[in-house]
Amino acid sequence: MSLALIVLLPFAGSLCAAFLPANARNAESWLAGLVALTCMVSTLALYPQVAAGGVVRLVAPWLPQAGLDFYLRMDGYAWLFTLLVSLMGVLVVIYARYYMSPRDPVPRFFSFLLAFMGSMLGIVLSGNLVQLVVFWELTSFSSFMLIAYWYQRVDARQGARMALTVTATGGFCLLAGVILLGTMAGGFDLERVLASGDSVRAHPWYPVMLVLILVGALTKSAQFPFHFWLPHAMAAPTPVSAYLHSATMVKAGVFLLARLWPVLSGTDLWFALVSGAGLASLLIGAAAALFQRDMKGVLAYSTVSHLGLITLLLGMNSKLALVAAVFHMMNHATFKASLFMAAGIVDHEAGTRDLRRLNGLARAMPITATVATVAAAAMAGVPLLNGFLSKEMFFAEAIFAGERSLLRFGLPALATLAGVFSVAYSLRLIHQVFFGAPAQDLPRAPHEPTRWMLLPSVLLVAACLLVGIFPARTIGPALSLAVQAILGTETPAYSLVLWHGFTLPLLMSVIALAGGVGLYLLRYIYGQRATGAAPLRAPFDGRRVFDLLIVAQHRFAERMVRFASSRRLQPQLFLIVCVAFAVAAIPLIPNGLGRGSAPLTPIDAVYVLPWLMGCACAVGAAVQAKFHRLAALIMLAGAGLFTSLTFAWFSAPDLALTQIAVEVVTLVLLLLGLRWLPRRLELDDPDRRSRQARLRRIRDFVVAVFVGGGLALLSFAVLTRAPRDSIARFFTARALPDGGGHNVVNVILVDFRGFDTLGEITVVAIVALTVYALLRRFRPAPESIDVPRAQRGGAGGDALAFDPAALLPAGGLAIPAVLVRLLLPMAALVAIYLLLRGHDAPGGGFVGGLVMATAFITQYMVGGAMWVEWRMRIHPQFWVALGLTTAGGAGVLASAVGRPFLTSLGADIPLPIIGEVHVGSVLLFDLGVYLVVVGATLLMLIALAHQSFRSPRAAVTREPAGS
Amino acid sequence: MEILFAIAIGILSGSGVWLLLRPRTFQMIVGLALLSYAVNLFIFGMGRLAIGKAPIVAPGAADPALYADPLPQALVLTAIVIGFATTALLLVVLLVARGLTGTDHVDGRESQ
Repeated sequence: MSLALIVLLPFAGSLCAAFLPANARNAESWLAGLVALTCMVSTLALYPQVAAGGVVRLVAPWLPQAGLDFYLRMDGYAWLFTLLVSLMGVLVVIYARYYMSPRDPVPRFFSFLLAFMGSMLGIVLSGNLVQLVVFWELTSFSSFMLIAYWYQRVDARQGARMALTVTATGGFCLLAGVILLGTMAGGFDLERVLASGDSVRAHPWYPVMLVLILVGALTKSAQFPFHFWLPHAMAAPTPVSAYLHSATMVKAGVFLLARLWPVLSGTDLWFALVSGAGLASLLIGAAAALFQRDMKGVLAYSTVSHLGLITLLLGMNSKLALVAAVFHMMNHATFKASLFMAAGIVDHEAGTRDLRRLNGLARAMPITATVATVAAAAMAGVPLLNGFLSKEMFFAEAIFAGERSLLRFGLPALATLAGVFSVAYSLRLIHQVFFGAPAQDLPRAPHEPTRWMLLPSVLLVAACLLVGIFPARTIGPALSLAVQAILGTETPAYSLVLWHGFTLPLLMSVIALAGGVGLYLLRYIYGQRATGAAPLRAPFDGRRVFDLLIVAQHRFAERMVRFASSRRLQPQLFLIVCVAFAVAAIPLIPNGLGRGSAPLTPIDAVYVLPWLMGCACAVGAAVQAKFHRLAALIMLAGAGLFTSLTFAWFSAPDLALTQIAVEVVTLVLLLLGLRWLPRRLELDDPDRRSRQARLRRIRDFVVAVFVGGGLALLSFAVLTRAPRDSIARFFTARALPDGGGHNVVNVILVDFRGFDTLGEITVVAIVALTVYALLRRFRPAPESIDVPRAQRGGAGGDALAFDPAALLPAGGLAIPAVLVRLLLPMAALVAIYLLLRGHDAPGGGFVGGLVMATAFITQYMVGGAMWVEWRMRIHPQFWVALGLTTAGGAGVLASAVGRPFLTSLGADIPLPIIGEVHVGSVLLFDLGVYLVVVGATLLMLIALAHQSFRSPRAAVTREPAGS
Repeated sequence: MEILFAIAIGILSGSGVWLLLRPRTFQMIVGLALLSYAVNLFIFGMGRLAIGKAPIVAPGAADPALYADPLPQALVLTAIVIGFATTALLLVVLLVARGLTGTDHVDGRESQ
């Protein structure tokens, strides 16, 4: 149970912190600190259990169909890392409380920091490899957020993007590798994977899997050739660098390599890749650190170098080297975090981290100087400090690593060289910053920080000393637990003591110390100025490769877009039509589109007449739509009328009713739109007769004929084949017994498929609101702003001037005005009638709503919008809202009696005179449909109609806009 | 009747596609409307043509063979209403685009 607490509590804390107000600086520090402390205490409390050789487990089902469990597992190695992560968490929170400026949004910082902590704990406690990758990706994301915390800075954004690109790409490779590994081992849980080392190493896919996993681990641990992201990640606030980029996250890569060491290691490929990458990072990082200007830059490259040391140890295929690697992971975390904290303190108090400007700070801040000096000495491997011990072990391993002559002498020599560099950059860091004549031109007068800000770093340095002097009594038991957890019974004997006698490793240490001091003195005397770029680095510059790759990708994408797409609509539509045709035609043609065997219905001569009209109207609309819009519109309506008649003819009365009602509102809609379109006369068109235009028309005509012909053939082929058995039988058979309605179509809409209908009316409502919103900011084209000729004076009078007191609207439509006013209640009656009878006879909410909307629109058309609205405000948006609420409420009603959403409820109520009446929730639902349809239709049409009144005013007040 | 029905679908869709490929916004709207008639009829036709068999069931056990297929009808009914709504949206988008670009060409600028 406490395992779940350790992993989940930080995430919960992260959520809480995210909702704290921006100025609650102490609250979120307390929150984060307590969360980290709780994790740490829970971890410590588990020590007896782990020390007794037990493995604490927690298994919960996660994706049982994929054979995956959510599996938390704590053995000695995981325990050590859990302690490291939570303990560092506590220290970093304390440090960050004093480091972060109250002007920054601190809750966001702690929220991401806690999220990171949870993810990191998730990695180290995962007993399932897929789950581990999930947490792994979470650390990449939280790290991205933390690096980009000061997102107003360009370097922070760039650094965050680079870190995310590199580590997330690595995470992706890791996932692929883990899936391969799990497939080889026959399962993803760690114990099974660890037990199947021999079969995995013998598997033919082992090299591929190894490379993928290594890409994941090496990117995370900033190892060559992926090391370049880490220095750029230094744009993060310093507590982040101390926590993520020295102590924890970058350790995830080497953590994983050690975790999987028993399975993956032991082959030549492993040795070549892992120790090769480690050695390269060790040397490149150390050399580059020597040439940095920024304190954090030095520390970042030295982290690359030290992680390279750990990787090299892991790659040596030796159990003792593994012990040294785990030991150095801990040591590096302690001294590097305390150095980062010291760098942050210097930055905080002196205002700069630039090594060329800083000088002689020891006088102003003696405690910081002492702490930093001791930590740097540990980094350099000075005796009596923890860094010395692990470095000794490393040297010893380097000597025994290879039998081949090149390795035999080369590796110890290179290891010593790295030691020389390490001493030199540590010395340079301390000497430049803290010693020499005090710097004069610092942005702030440096002084010692508050005691609490120093505390974490002092504690870490004390740990360095304690471990360095009494290794066996401090870190000894935990280290042996961790190593035993990895190696089991094969754990080699090793001794954690300060003094091994006069040995070869000791000699190497002495050479490294002396050489480092000498190198620094040389560099100091010759006064070579720090350039920021190491001379060695140029040929290995991963950053350049990264940038080149990114640029190349952008170029490629741009070229592809230019090649494969167009901003012009016509070619796009042409392609869509052609592809749609091809997709339909390719599977159909081989199977034949001939006439089926079903008998044909005899042709009725009466139907031929509307048919001829419909076809002629369609062709006519197509021909006239460019220059004679009104004519085209009328013919479009003719085609719609034919469609409606066809529905009626072939036993679809509901469709016929709806189609004809929609036809009316569509016609009104398009008529309203005509006013805003530019004049277009056939004579004006210059390119109508050009050769290109003619060719294009021929091409489009061919496409249109093919699509039309194809669709006709397909329809004919289907219509002449007997229907297959479909779910339609169910609907027809169950409509009356289950749905309580005679009209099957309506029962399907409001009952069987009510949820679909609810979605559909929601879409209609959203579209109406979108139309309204778009029109609120409508800017007509300049030549359309004037009041059209037909509305200016003349028989219609000035449409904009109206007399609200007049009984009838002005103009020549007095008699229609009287008639439509009489019509309104009648139309309302018909609409309600259609709505009410819909369940049993043709009708329903859709038709009823459209009829009602038409009645309102007629008022507008005849009376003019202002005159109508002076008398009656319709507020269509309320209709829409009420309708959606009603329809949704009718659905919720069912849950009141414990049935699923939208179950229809009904009862037959006997009424005097009328007789028995069936009342049900479906009627309420249909009422909702009705209200939405009325409201949405009116909202769109009225909004469009209103533009005519708005624009003349807009044109006066907003003359220069747009032009 | 099936032949007439199929030809009507062909003519409606052919006219619609022709207009869809034209350069002016109004042509496109009319084209889409024609195309939606054709598609609605096509979907409706998937239930086969039946005369005098409106799916309004009589009391008692309903024999599905006596009634036209109600399922395509239900699909088409909502399609008609949604078609109106999207036509309105398209019209307004095109009107706004014309106001912003000064042209009613579908590309937002006159072709060269």
